[in-house]
Amino acid sequence: MKVLSTLLGCAAAAILTTSASAAAEPVKVAFMNSLSSTSSVGAKQGRDGFALALKELGGKFGGVDTQVIWEDDEGKPDVAVTKAKTLVERDHVDAIVGFTFTNVAMAALKPIVDSKTFFLSTNPGPSPVAGKRCSPYFFSVSYQMDLESGASGKYANDAKLDTAFLIAPNYQAGKDSLGGFKRLYKGKIVEEDYTPLHQIDYSSDVARIAAAKPSALYVFMPGAPGVNFVKQLRQAGLADKVTFLSAFTIDESALPALQDSAIGLYGSADWAPNLDNPANKKFVADFEKEYGYVPSNFSAHAYDAAMLIDSAVRAVHGDMSNKDAFRAALKKADFKSVRGEFKFNTNQFPIQNYYLVKAAKRPDGKYETEAVKNVMPMQGDEYAKDCSMK
Amino acid sequence: MSIPLFLVQLLNGLQLGVLLFLVSAGLTLIFGVMGFINLAHGALYMVGAYLAFTLTGVTGSFLLSLLLVFPAMFLLGLGLDTLVFRHFYDRDHLDQVLVTFGLIVILDEAVKMIWGRAPLSVPIPAALSGSITLMDGLLYPAYRLAIIGAGLAVAVLLSILVTRTRAGMLVRAGATNARIVAALGVNIRGLFMLVFGVGAMLAGFSGVMAAPIFALEPGMGDAFLILAFVVIVTGGIGSIRGAFIASLLVGLVDTLGRSFATDLLKLTMSSSAAGRIGPALASMSIYILMAAVLFFRPAGLFPAAGRA
Repeated sequence: MKVLSTLLGCAAAAILTTSASAAAEPVKVAFMNSLSSTSSVGAKQGRDGFALALKELGGKFGGVDTQVIWEDDEGKPDVAVTKAKTLVERDHVDAIVGFTFTNVAMAALKPIVDSKTFFLSTNPGPSPVAGKRCSPYFFSVSYQMDLESGASGKYANDAKLDTAFLIAPNYQAGKDSLGGFKRLYKGKIVEEDYTPLHQIDYSSDVARIAAAKPSALYVFMPGAPGVNFVKQLRQAGLADKVTFLSAFTIDESALPALQDSAIGLYGSADWAPNLDNPANKKFVADFEKEYGYVPSNFSAHAYDAAMLIDSAVRAVHGDMSNKDAFRAALKKADFKSVRGEFKFNTNQFPIQNYYLVKAAKRPDGKYETEAVKNVMPMQGDEYAKDCSMK
Repeated sequence: MSIPLFLVQLLNGLQLGVLLFLVSAGLTLIFGVMGFINLAHGALYMVGAYLAFTLTGVTGSFLLSLLLVFPAMFLLGLGLDTLVFRHFYDRDHLDQVLVTFGLIVILDEAVKMIWGRAPLSVPIPAALSGSITLMDGLLYPAYRLAIIGAGLAVAVLLSILVTRTRAGMLVRAGATNARIVAALGVNIRGLFMLVFGVGAMLAGFSGVMAAPIFALEPGMGDAFLILAFVVIVTGGIGSIRGAFIASLLVGLVDTLGRSFATDLLKLTMSSSAAGRIGPALASMSIYILMAAVLFFRPAGLFPAAGRA
């Protein structure tokens, strides 16, 4: 009898404790990136950054049981929409994080935010979503595209570079980046060169640059096209004759291929591996130890996104059902960003520093970008005024 | 626009044309002689470039890696022929397209697995790292002159091979009518295998030559493949001479189009409209050229005899 009641007591205790912990559902976050598309180096670097942060957090956001679903949108908008819908409707994720390409993110935006699921972008920072199409469920943890490019334009003004030649591939991101540069640059634009998307040989464009003799050259060319362009520019002896400014062209995803040909060239970015704050020093050291390569801004933004989510989950004690509370916690940005000072604007896009960075070779033989000047300290984007969130 | 710039763009166009010739010569041989559509030709160009990357890294010498790529690509061509292509010579063109398309995907993924997906670089060989001054402030790498030289040498070599050797005569005969040639007792299967091997070798060689100036990434052959098809269709399928003339034409039209389309349009319309239409028109220029040529000469500029 005593044994039976002891057993019943143990069983009751067991049932009660399991039902108590079952009440706290695991936090469910999906990380979606364009892993299997062309020019997918940035996607892999972003995923590595997020995975590193997750590892440092012991696999848990806010100390709560966490389930992370890793997805690949293949760089295709229709695949992204299908997978986002599945994540929202079947898996009931609390947040979808990631994205590499702007057009893919824009396609997936509506299904995600309409279902009141949080969308944290670790790369695309499209201006429509910063302005009229802002959503209380969308956060850009990375940057706003106009400012990322505009910092080069502002630097060109400050350095009194009065003529500029612009070049980018002929697609939306290229046009957006050149638009961002033009918005802040006050000098004379001698030419805007939109190249075919898969062009490999830039000798004719290089010749036009030589003929135009601009004081500044602004380049937006992510991936292999940028590697080709910079190499050929250098081989033509032009890299020293103009001030080379860029965005996403000489970053850590391209430097392993560019190597010495990129040394001394400038870019504009919101982060560089040499930023001097404790969180960044730890991040870069741990990242290189884990993966063996220098992290890029894709990795840094994804790492920050994970830390941001961790801080927000901690603030709501793992209760993801109260979306307003979670949003408020996210908006507080109460985490140590690798970018140093970081906060969110009313449109949930970052207010942060935008630096002039320079490609350099480290003493250990690896290449990185180094922040040389804080061109726009704690800058928010101009679209926030068009956003209805105040 | 100035005269020096125009002359520089002419040179750039010629150099692009020569590189295109290197890529399309093999393709026109295979298509012309065997009637076999080989979409994987661009992927073979890619494999040649990646082999150059590894061999240059291992041997430290670009020249040595170039010499080693020849037999490597020849063997690869023979291997592909034995394993895959010989079963498709008599099949429908669509089947050939499907199987070679599958080969592109396989080769792209293989390259991704072996070398990774990040863009890679091959340094210009030290002997050719100098440059000449083309115009004020513009240097032209000596290596690009080497590419032009190599392309012209290959053109001459192929021309001699095809017109003055027995094997070349058989290739030309095979391009005209393969069945009759087989009926006359020639080992047509052996001939096809040889042509395929040489075609793969040419594709690989062009990949090696292009590697120091272009970034290596999986799928790098796709852009050249399309251009190569434009070249061989414009020039006449199966004709080396046609491929040479057409590739120079395509190279010139593409380069001059991209350089001056916007400027020319600015003469007749507003600057912003020209800026939008110019790049689009420039991208279309070579296809407009191809369409125009085919309109007047449906079999291309220099069709192989018996095909007009």
